[in-house]
Amino acid sequence: MTQATESRSRSPSTVLQQSAAGLAIATRGLCKVFNGKVAVRSLNLEVPRGEIFGFLGPNGAGKSTSLKMLVLGRPAGDVPIRRKIGFLPEHFRFYEWLTAAELLRLHGRLYGMSHSRLRQKVPELLGLVGLTEHAGKRLRDFSKGMLQRIGLAQALLNDPELIFLDEPTSGLDPAGRRLVRDIIKAQRERGATVLLNSHLLSEVEITCDRVAFIKHGEVIETRELNSLLAEQTTVQVRAANLTAEMAAGVEQWASSVCLQNHQLTLSVASREALPQILRFLVDRGAEVYEFTPQRLSLEERFLEIVGNDGGL
Amino acid sequence: MGVWIMAGVTFREAARKKILWMALAAGLAFLALFGTGLHYQMKDLAAGRVRPILLKQIPGAMLMVGLYAIDLLTVVMTVLVSVDTLSGEIASGTIQAVATKPVPRWQIVLGKWLGFAAMMSAYLALLVGGINAITYTMAHVTARQVPQGFALMWLESALLLSITFFFGTHYSTLTNGVLALGLVGLAFLGGWIEQIGAATNTTSAVNVGIVASIIMPSEALWRRAANDMQSPLANALNFSPFSSASLPSSTMIVYAGVYTALALLFAIRRFRRRDL
Repeated sequence: MTQATESRSRSPSTVLQQSAAGLAIATRGLCKVFNGKVAVRSLNLEVPRGEIFGFLGPNGAGKSTSLKMLVLGRPAGDVPIRRKIGFLPEHFRFYEWLTAAELLRLHGRLYGMSHSRLRQKVPELLGLVGLTEHAGKRLRDFSKGMLQRIGLAQALLNDPELIFLDEPTSGLDPAGRRLVRDIIKAQRERGATVLLNSHLLSEVEITCDRVAFIKHGEVIETRELNSLLAEQTTVQVRAANLTAEMAAGVEQWASSVCLQNHQLTLSVASREALPQILRFLVDRGAEVYEFTPQRLSLEERFLEIVGNDGGL
Repeated sequence: MGVWIMAGVTFREAARKKILWMALAAGLAFLALFGTGLHYQMKDLAAGRVRPILLKQIPGAMLMVGLYAIDLLTVVMTVLVSVDTLSGEIASGTIQAVATKPVPRWQIVLGKWLGFAAMMSAYLALLVGGINAITYTMAHVTARQVPQGFALMWLESALLLSITFFFGTHYSTLTNGVLALGLVGLAFLGGWIEQIGAATNTTSAVNVGIVASIIMPSEALWRRAANDMQSPLANALNFSPFSSASLPSSTMIVYAGVYTALALLFAIRRFRRRDL
């Protein structure tokens, strides 16, 4: 069986870490073809500096391929650029005969770090990912979660300006996931840009500033997460004296208005309308007991944007 | 710099693999067996039942058998130790963590090659040195031109290493092993066809052997090494199976060297271009 895949990649304009517009990554029309099968059709991406940027998309949408193309292709493939990046591959594995500390020292030396710098950095990172006690343990005795942690540590050795993380929380327990989240946020505070590929929407929702939705190898939408989740709010209203006229009147601000007994459910495109709706109801004599806007979860937005066919 | 880091870690990796220690144990067991056999042979010779001219030829012939076994062990070990290093790491994704570091890809391949080459040089030196020490101690016999013989056997191992690297950047581990050892088999068969052809003056058979050596010059290197190490008498008399009726030319040796370098170069080229 052959592993070799004939592939073709084209990057008419990929700029990493160079843009004057404060972008860490900018790509236009990046594509990847494996044996005639298109994995990434046309990747148009602009990742602002200092942000945590999430890649979202159904299985097989080309997320990992896109990430690998950015980190293994050019110009990230250029040696000077690679000094500034850190990368955690999906399912991190390494020579199982190395100990955790040896692994970090090896990767540090590959980054060109001095021995004295490593003497300080290796224990620091082992502490950061919670592996200080396991510094002398061989990777063959590591659990999946521990491998993921040491993988994350090696991606941070050089204090990278740009960090690529492919499913960083896979195999981690809830404590580990929180740790990773905290580390990612600390990196942003340090001024680094993080490109995060995760299928765990709840993770992305908590961590990311901006997300790109990818389907069939194309970015179909890039949005700031806060604005994305702020729009389209569903509101539950519980009140006495609700009438059909009130429900009809609310429709000037809201869509899909539904009145059932003492409960009114409506959906608004902008949260700006909420005070007006409330005033409208109160002015017309409704006794409001509850007025609860509910943010749509990222999962719902995901299914709305990407569709629930899984992109297949 | 990256070359030496990769060479160092590869050397340590090879040293931590069971296969190397097994091969070393097999080599030492083989040396012990060889020493025991030689011991009784010498006792028999000392009893004066053979003609004096044979007194040195018999341990010399045994030495050649021993060196042949060492050659075979080294070739097989070279392939087995290195067969998984590129294809396996590409398949498992291990290579990604290295390939995204600020080290050019050619340095990764060259470093690994040097690491394995250093390891198998030590292995070969230990066994070739060991067997010569044994025959010298027991029978005051050593191979005739040990440095030349060693260099040729080393080149054979380096050749296999380059070929394994070349296939490793193209195919899966299993395919790689089958191809590399398959080529060794082909060269072996071709070598004997050539010898028999030369003994019976069958030119076409000799040509078949030469073509086999062009496809894979490993056996030619061994036969040249055997010729350099064996006593001239044994060579002249066709005393042993290692006498060459058709001796590989110096051109063939140069060809093998170029072959080794090119296989490594193409491995590097392929590795630089392929997806990881």
